[in-house]
Amino acid sequence: MTRRAAARALVYLSLLLATLVVLLPLAVVLLTSLKSSEEMADGSGALAPPDDPLNFGNYVTAFRDGQMLSAFGNTALVLVVAVGGTILIGSMTAYAIDRFRFRFRKVVVALFLLAALVPGVTTQVATFQIVDSLGMFDSLWAPIALYMGTDIVSIYIFLQFIRSIPVSLDEAARLDGANAFTVYRKVILPLLKPAIATVVIVKGINVYNDFYIPFLYMPSEDLGVISTSLFRFKGPFGAHWETISAGAVLVIVPTLIVFLFLQRFIYNGFMRGATK
Amino acid sequence: MTDTTGTAARPARRLTPWLFLLAPLALLLTFTYAPIANMIAYSFTDWDGVSPQLDFTGAGNYTELLTRSELFEVFFVSGYYLVASVAQIALALYFATVLSFDVRFRNFFKGVLFFPYLINGVAIGFVFLYFFQDGGTLDSVLGLLGVRTDHAWLGTPFSANTSLAGVSVWRHLGLNFVLFLGAIQSVPGELYEAAELDGASRWQQFRYIIAPGIRPILSLSVILAVSGSLSVFEIPYIMTGGATGTETFVIQTVKLAFQFNKTGLASAAAVVLLLIVLVVTWVQRRIVPDEKVDLV
Repeated sequence: MTRRAAARALVYLSLLLATLVVLLPLAVVLLTSLKSSEEMADGSGALAPPDDPLNFGNYVTAFRDGQMLSAFGNTALVLVVAVGGTILIGSMTAYAIDRFRFRFRKVVVALFLLAALVPGVTTQVATFQIVDSLGMFDSLWAPIALYMGTDIVSIYIFLQFIRSIPVSLDEAARLDGANAFTVYRKVILPLLKPAIATVVIVKGINVYNDFYIPFLYMPSEDLGVISTSLFRFKGPFGAHWETISAGAVLVIVPTLIVFLFLQRFIYNGFMRGATK
Repeated sequence: MTDTTGTAARPARRLTPWLFLLAPLALLLTFTYAPIANMIAYSFTDWDGVSPQLDFTGAGNYTELLTRSELFEVFFVSGYYLVASVAQIALALYFATVLSFDVRFRNFFKGVLFFPYLINGVAIGFVFLYFFQDGGTLDSVLGLLGVRTDHAWLGTPFSANTSLAGVSVWRHLGLNFVLFLGAIQSVPGELYEAAELDGASRWQQFRYIIAPGIRPILSLSVILAVSGSLSVFEIPYIMTGGATGTETFVIQTVKLAFQFNKTGLASAAAVVLLLIVLVVTWVQRRIVPDEKVDLV
């Protein structure tokens, strides 16, 4: 019995240690974001609490001088359009592939399957030339088109869901005189709600966090999304860790709020997204 | 499929799926297949990405990749991340197993372990730049424990790469963990109860009930780990910019293409990476046939 108790204690110890490893780096950045630049210089160390825990001056600086407001605006715009587009593209593809038998269907399916194996980072050298020749370089259209056009995982998620919708529903609507588009819009799309929720969560978080694509395709400062705008803190705020920390906290807080409210959906969403 | 609309509507009916596939296929061809085709074509030229002039150089770029050792060294950096992902999978497996049993504050621990995976990469980069800073979080914690050190954590290639790989584990552990946990919990609870009644130890429960249940997820994690370690970009680019020997394959490719305008050479590098990833995926599918692959 004592062996079991000891094992239990070790388990809790390991969990506490993991919690510390995860939370400490974040907590220290939160503390730092509340310190003044004098406090940063007085050598009290990274773990010392701030003199005034309500000192939000650094946040004002980060927001104003770091152009975080326009960054959040750009991110929101890209996010809404790209996620909306992904839902349309994914559900239409799934509908066509699952509900119709047509020539070259196998070829189309193979094209989508194969594309899922190609890691996006490898092809950017050539994708860049295409985006550029379409005149989308250095505009919000570049990330929107790329997020919409290269998301195979969402298509998988929709395919899985659409198969669980009985074909008899389509047929009943057809007998009532509905055509394929009405069936898609009035029968399939409403029943895909759980899949849409999954795609919104997984895709939304990916778009919010993506750095590579906006960094490559939108060098203009006024087209900064939160990742690239935060990245630019490195220059002007150089060694001002209190400002950089405030910027990082500003970026993390929305994620934390979403996570706390949608925990269950987020776990399920990422599980579905990864195991496609 | 029943077709009650008669012969007149047949051609329209045959066209319908293509109307739905028009936009998706156009996007797929433009942003996935056209780049691959172009990339392969560029890789046999000396194109700089801007000028209208380009010359066919045959396999020149590929021989340059293989013979200039500094271009090949980036693969050794992937080794750090590969080792780290082995540790990551082991840790994720441990925590998933532990939290699948009855533990207090289970949801809290689950949330804490998963949350880093959701955080913005640039924010993580800054959090850990401060963590490894001289006099930053790590030095302060070590100071509390009585260890005085002035070690520059990001100062030497070994230390820097180990630190960055550690950050990568911190960031990505959560996804592996949640996937394992989901797989473990999909095993019916009665199995554990029956095993418990038969006097099976925790280790035996893991070995004979949990392990077989998570095999597909485990093989998926391994493939993600391998292709992930080959295409590391964000963490090292944000934190060190590839300095002190932390340059990865993707950082090098991005620099070749967009700083040094060597589109031809960068394309050859990208083709090599793509081939490696495809081969790894193929090998994995061979070893662990996935019953879920036949999607349609």
